[in-house]
Amino acid sequence: MSEPELYWEDFVPGETREFGEKHVTREEIVDFAKDYDPQPFHLDEKAGAASILGGLCASGWHSCAMLMRMMCDGYILQSASLGAPGVDEVRWQKPVYVDDVLRVRNTCIDRRASKSRPEMGLTKFRTELVNQKDEVCLLMTGWAMYARRDPSAPVETGGAV
Amino acid sequence: MPWFEDIAIGEKTELGSYIFEADDIVSFAGKFDPQPFHTDEEAAKASAYGGLIASGWHTCSVWMKLMVKSRIAEKARKGEDDGSPPGGPSPGFLELKWPTPVRVGDRITYSTEVIEKVDLKSRPNLGIVRSLNKGVNQNGELVMSFIGQGLVQKRDHS
Repeated sequence: MSEPELYWEDFVPGETREFGEKHVTREEIVDFAKDYDPQPFHLDEKAGAASILGGLCASGWHSCAMLMRMMCDGYILQSASLGAPGVDEVRWQKPVYVDDVLRVRNTCIDRRASKSRPEMGLTKFRTELVNQKDEVCLLMTGWAMYARRDPSAPVETGGAV
Repeated sequence: MPWFEDIAIGEKTELGSYIFEADDIVSFAGKFDPQPFHTDEEAAKASAYGGLIASGWHTCSVWMKLMVKSRIAEKARKGEDDGSPPGGPSPGFLELKWPTPVRVGDRITYSTEVIEKVDLKSRPNLGIVRSLNKGVNQNGELVMSFIGQGLVQKRDHS
């Protein structure tokens, strides 16, 4: 594996990165739903149109998974990522429909060093999955773990933005 | 799906178990979360996790799989035309935690427990039901938990 480009130090509260262009196909919506969420509105146009969701749309878990892939391609695979302890909140605000084109708007909103593990730090992001109409389909907030470039450097403790 | 009025706080449903095999872990991660500790046995050994682990989104997606399976079985048990409403969509979830990694061969047992019911002023025909959802491995360790939310139809509203 090549040397990571992004360490914990490189994510600065207040900074936003925008990236990705993901065209969502009918086939992948239905494939995911068959495997993990076979509810009628994720499998069938008619059932989708008749539901409160208004059309065939992706499982919310599929939206999370697509967002994860876009984040991997956007920066995580070039980073010293150490995974995540969880996610504070996900809001599924708008359905993701067939032929939507999605992009990610990712804002670092807080960070702190780990007391128990000086080789890593935590970074909090507010992440939006946005469609071609500029609607936020999914809003996620949570902490992720990254290796520090220099674990011995003193840490500035800034407040959340 | 039961009506909002018929759902009781404290009601717990066991959803069954799922074994995470290596090819399944790698296949999901290859599509959705291609970080080396999810996709590459050797790289995973050298990582902080010390071995291949499942994407947290994979662990969650399997919870959904077993949840839907449980609802379909319940529907079949009661009969197609028992008059109960269809399952509604979810506005999202809270406090998702992955406290222990899911490793190759782990058997994860999933459950859901109703913890809160909320009336919606703006939508008198719907309520929000919050549930504490869990996945536990074969050693009794919690591997996943989150507070799920579902919009559920009310039988009586005016």
